[in-house]
Amino acid sequence: MFPLRVVDIIISIKSRRLIGPINLQIEQNGITILLGANGSGKTTLLEALHGLRKLSAGTVEWAISHSQAAKEQSFIFQSPIMLRRTVAENLAFPLKVRQLSKSTAKAEVMMWVKKIGLEHKMKQQAVLLSGGEMQAVAVARALITKPKMLFLDEPTASLDGATKKTIEDILTSASNNGTKILLSTHDLGQTKRLANDIIFLHNGIVEAHCSKEEFLTQPPSKAAKQFLAGDIVL
Amino acid sequence: MNEILQGLIQAFWLVLSFDSELITISLRSLYVTISALLISTLIAFPLAALLVVTHFQFRRAIIVTLNALMGLPPVVVGLIVYILFSRSGPLGVLGLLYTTSAMIIAQVIIITPLITSIAHQSMQALWADYRNLLISINTSKMQRVVTLMWDSKRALITACLAGFGRGIGEVGAIMIVGGNIDNATRVLTTAISLETSRGDFSLALALGFVLISLAISVSFATHWFGKTERGGLW
Repeated sequence: MFPLRVVDIIISIKSRRLIGPINLQIEQNGITILLGANGSGKTTLLEALHGLRKLSAGTVEWAISHSQAAKEQSFIFQSPIMLRRTVAENLAFPLKVRQLSKSTAKAEVMMWVKKIGLEHKMKQQAVLLSGGEMQAVAVARALITKPKMLFLDEPTASLDGATKKTIEDILTSASNNGTKILLSTHDLGQTKRLANDIIFLHNGIVEAHCSKEEFLTQPPSKAAKQFLAGDIVL
Repeated sequence: MNEILQGLIQAFWLVLSFDSELITISLRSLYVTISALLISTLIAFPLAALLVVTHFQFRRAIIVTLNALMGLPPVVVGLIVYILFSRSGPLGVLGLLYTTSAMIIAQVIIITPLITSIAHQSMQALWADYRNLLISINTSKMQRVVTLMWDSKRALITACLAGFGRGIGEVGAIMIVGGNIDNATRVLTTAISLETSRGDFSLALALGFVLISLAISVSFATHWFGKTERGGLW
């Protein structure tokens, strides 16, 4: 499936360019953090890589066919999207789509519902959960199919510290088990905790793609320096 | 006022005495409308879901047309079905004129646009929430249609009830294509029309009360079995 190669992609709406041209190569292992201020194009880039957005130009190339790659990916949105079903049914949904047997699906759901600490709310309507619980369900639902690539769009942006830690622990564990993670954030603390490498996006352009250590010690651009210093990046 | 009271008393008496004609007419009304409703839902629900999840040429034109057809005049539908199934008409060979089948066909034409439009409206709103998730999970078009239909089932029940209400209370079209023949095509609405023209207002009112009771009972039963307004948001 890897490497994921992004070649000269541009996304525009009418005459306004949102991102690009962007060239990237993403390798299989670890957690890559997509860092940038609000409006820098993080969500647009993630959605483009996952196939949720049409490219105006360029290509996204996987080492396997696009249809096969699509089956090996999951995406977690900033605002969790819950099906109007119970927590258990939400978790089972991707397995049902993949036509797994009911017994296998049930066992997987039980394992994940315990992992996120919601076994007592299994039969509750998912939309009635708190924001943090919903995001935990979204993470579990994305990982239940054991994807090789997981995209996350600021998944902990509006969560408290404890919930953030639960989700970060699950992501670290998934990464250790072989899931490549590409996570967008503007949270420097989270970047320091999770990142192996960092892609820094500014005004729709990739200004840097380097290791965490390199980025933090030798910020590669003026905008990156401002971002790390906590200044307002325009 | 006196006639209304008499009508009520007569309605109670007709129901309590298990008047055979009333039972036959009521059952025929239910048979025609429920048959039309079943056929309509088989057409309307998948059509509405497809209009939501697929984009093709003339899609908007179809939606606008369906919305416009919600107000289709039943008498005109009756006239068209009459012409089609009359002895000299293109479908006259089927011999369906003045049968309950012709009445069902007329009702299907009247209520399908209504059910499709209501179903489309509710599924469109749900699709706005679900779109990214269902694409991300790599669902097929058929799985998207089924998911939308399943998760908007409460709204679809409402669409069915609207269709049932329009069908059971319809008189113009079924009078033309059914002919209001005693023991063959007479239903509650055509019987009310007949009794009114005869000047037997009490009996007409009694039949009217039975019709209203029938419509309310079906609505109650649907909500009861559909478990709406209980245990959560939907």
